[in-house]
Amino acid sequence: MFVTYIRGVIRVMILFLFGSTGEIITEKSGHLNMGTPGIMCMGATGAVVGGVIYLKAIVDPTTANGFLAIIIPMLFCLLFAGLTGLLYCFLVNTLQCNQNVTGLTITTFGAGVFPFVSNMIGSDGLSILSSSFYIRIFPKAFCEANWFTQIFLSHGFLVYLAIIIAVVALLILKKTRVGLSLRAVGESPATADASGIDVSKYKYIATIIGSCISGLGGLYYLMVMNNGALEYNIESFGWLAVALVIFSLWNPGIAIAGSFVFALFYQLPKFISSSGAAAQIISLIPYFVTIVVLIVVSLFNKRETQPPASLGVNYFREDR
Amino acid sequence: MENNTNSNIEKAIELIGITKTFGNVVANKNINLDVYKGEILSILGENGSGKTTAMNVLSGIYAPDEGKIIVNGNEVLIKSPKDSLKLGIGMVHQHFKLVDVFTAVENVVLGFSKDDTSTLSHKNSRKFSLKEAAKEITLMCKKYGFELDPYKKVYNMSVSEKQTLEIVKTLFRGVDVLILDEPTAVLTPQEIKKLFDVVRNMKKDGKSIIIITHKLNEVMEISDRVAIFRKGEHVATVETKKTNEKQLADMMVGEKINLEIKRSEPNNPQDRLFVNNIFVKNNDGQMAIKGVSFTARSGEILGIAGISGSGQKELLEAIQGLRPYETGEVTFQNPKENKPVTFYHKTLKRVKFLASMNQFHYKDGTPVSFKGMKDKEIKELVNEGKVLFNKDEIVDLKGLNPKEIRGLGIRLSFVPEDRLGMGLVGNMSIIDNMMLRSYRHGKGGFVDRDRPKKLTKRIIKELDVSTPSAETQVSKLSGGNIQKVLVGREIALIPKVFMAAYPVRGLDINSSYLIYKLLDKQKQQGIAVIYVGEDLDVLIDLCDRILVLCDGHVTGIVDARHTTKDEIGLLMTKHEEVQ
Repeated sequence: MFVTYIRGVIRVMILFLFGSTGEIITEKSGHLNMGTPGIMCMGATGAVVGGVIYLKAIVDPTTANGFLAIIIPMLFCLLFAGLTGLLYCFLVNTLQCNQNVTGLTITTFGAGVFPFVSNMIGSDGLSILSSSFYIRIFPKAFCEANWFTQIFLSHGFLVYLAIIIAVVALLILKKTRVGLSLRAVGESPATADASGIDVSKYKYIATIIGSCISGLGGLYYLMVMNNGALEYNIESFGWLAVALVIFSLWNPGIAIAGSFVFALFYQLPKFISSSGAAAQIISLIPYFVTIVVLIVVSLFNKRETQPPASLGVNYFREDR
Repeated sequence: MENNTNSNIEKAIELIGITKTFGNVVANKNINLDVYKGEILSILGENGSGKTTAMNVLSGIYAPDEGKIIVNGNEVLIKSPKDSLKLGIGMVHQHFKLVDVFTAVENVVLGFSKDDTSTLSHKNSRKFSLKEAAKEITLMCKKYGFELDPYKKVYNMSVSEKQTLEIVKTLFRGVDVLILDEPTAVLTPQEIKKLFDVVRNMKKDGKSIIIITHKLNEVMEISDRVAIFRKGEHVATVETKKTNEKQLADMMVGEKINLEIKRSEPNNPQDRLFVNNIFVKNNDGQMAIKGVSFTARSGEILGIAGISGSGQKELLEAIQGLRPYETGEVTFQNPKENKPVTFYHKTLKRVKFLASMNQFHYKDGTPVSFKGMKDKEIKELVNEGKVLFNKDEIVDLKGLNPKEIRGLGIRLSFVPEDRLGMGLVGNMSIIDNMMLRSYRHGKGGFVDRDRPKKLTKRIIKELDVSTPSAETQVSKLSGGNIQKVLVGREIALIPKVFMAAYPVRGLDINSSYLIYKLLDKQKQQGIAVIYVGEDLDVLIDLCDRILVLCDGHVTGIVDARHTTKDEIGLLMTKHEEVQ
């Protein structure tokens, strides 16, 4: 029972992790992207579109090639999410729109596009494609060997991809020149600019890469969590992912632990099989914990745990 | 114009016909300027004369509309700060460009790319090694005589350390031309000396140094040549040896100006404000004012000197009631002798209380206590001026909020350091900003716009504010005019104590002298003026007494007529426990 619970927790945690890792990378460039829930929706939309295109091409879903069944929806997912990120960045960075307004617009847009598109083109057969996504990457016998392998090693590849991305993001941010420059762009774009860093380039690339990673969360939600069935609940997960960014103090490493904690509470009502008010209250815990973290962090007032200093502020070099 | 008789002198940089406009404002008009190798060139000009703009063009922050830039004999195109750094031009901006949460070394290596081979650290530019960079920083510090801890976080640094870091950062990129924008604005006299030593060392090393400033004495002390800017144009370049301060000042302003501040004698000084042993915390919860006591007198200007961040802001805010203080007290002696009392400043309750303390008397001198009278009768007596104050009223300001402090008739006027942050609302018109002080007056729920309108017109006329109209947004005005609006509004209230923090920061010479004159006029009218200033020369010339703050302590109160800059400079850095 406990093993099933923790496995379920890991399944949910990966969705949070994709969303928040992407948002952390975006926010490190100084872009407060409130459009993350929408971008996750766009990622899911891309996955539906890619899946349907592939299904149309092969006519009979049962003949689907496992590799193509993964790669085509994934590419479309990255394309849709990346383009939405590009749109956000164009509005905010090139046209100097307000970041909050733009982000919220994108969230409403994505949350509307996903059901609309997937209803329009139909999604029969997606569940067949989705089976490729949660194929275990380790042999079955190994996965079932003991409780440890059952909990941690019996997942599909997206689970490990999410963790790898988070770790790589952490290493890049902390250890490399690119990471240093990206952090400088988010902290003080004028400084970065005067040091010869191309601020716009960093903002664009970070936002697009961040959006692609968040978008993968949409793919994961559609193909793994719901086995290809259309559920339109991504947006609320997306907001939790945004909250998780604050919880993890803009650190992808803490985001791994944080997403686990969030998922732990999220799954708890199912585990203790409570229902009604109690279940509702328990699922509120992640939001509550985020508020507590904000309070604790502001009490300590340590500079390193603060959000990027110019988060949400647009940069224009010739501003006087 | 140019004293370029020696053809051996090589030009490091030539600016030819540089023009830069911002909307309708011409910031630079046809600038022609040469910088020689191994010289210290001062660029002198008032605020808004386009000195910084020209240098920002050179360092790639602004793209020029017209003109050519020639570096080492080749015409170049500088599109971004990166291009400028590659050409060996580095700039230390007035507002430091540092990342607060990074260490010194992280700031230094920021933006370094693999192909920056022209730099000192080409050895390790292939890999990202903070250790190597830190070593090189230490070496460089030794070479030029800096002091800098490579692993210190910027937010823990003093202003002087930050500036050192900025210079190291540019030198690290192997620049040949270093531009310093107002480098001495925030330094103590001792720190300025240190900086100038470093600058001379760099000159010996063959580098060209451009110093943007408006301080004449520093120009004379440090530079080889002086380029003078006026209203966006480069007026002349002269050799420092062949000129003097007076001549430079005249060229800078374009007319003969009087650099003397006329200080009037104190006007019947009487104790007005007592500050007794107060402790005030800053925004970060640390003690910024640690047991400060002083008395401000009417008809006198009390100067407050100190390195910026020594607690000046916190002290003024505490007096004004904007910041709480736990220990100590601030009392105000309200000169109300034999003056009528009004309900404009006092509540009925307070009037009754004061009367019970024997504070009121009739015109014939018999005391009045209001005992047994009806409220209506009391109001009538007070409103018709039949009741007068007995004597000065001593009011404890502790625990009162700013509105109450004003309401009690204690008019502390406050010109905050951060003009647009606390004093004015940038996106509102001048009239609306005037109304920030008078919005409570008016009929019913409507505000009275007539009086602020008249006040605005008066201020624009009297203080010579250059603005298209009274309805113009404050943020569209230049720094000097913004300051005039703010100071004008505050003194229009005819205060009893007038506190001004850095009222001339960012102002040109003419506007600054106008402000000094205004302050002196307030003093002549019997107002107790408290002036927090940066320029020690001005403090000495303008004030009657100068209080020196260092790290939240008063390290001395000196007579401005018998003190020297060095004495104040030493007091400003006297870091010891003061009882």
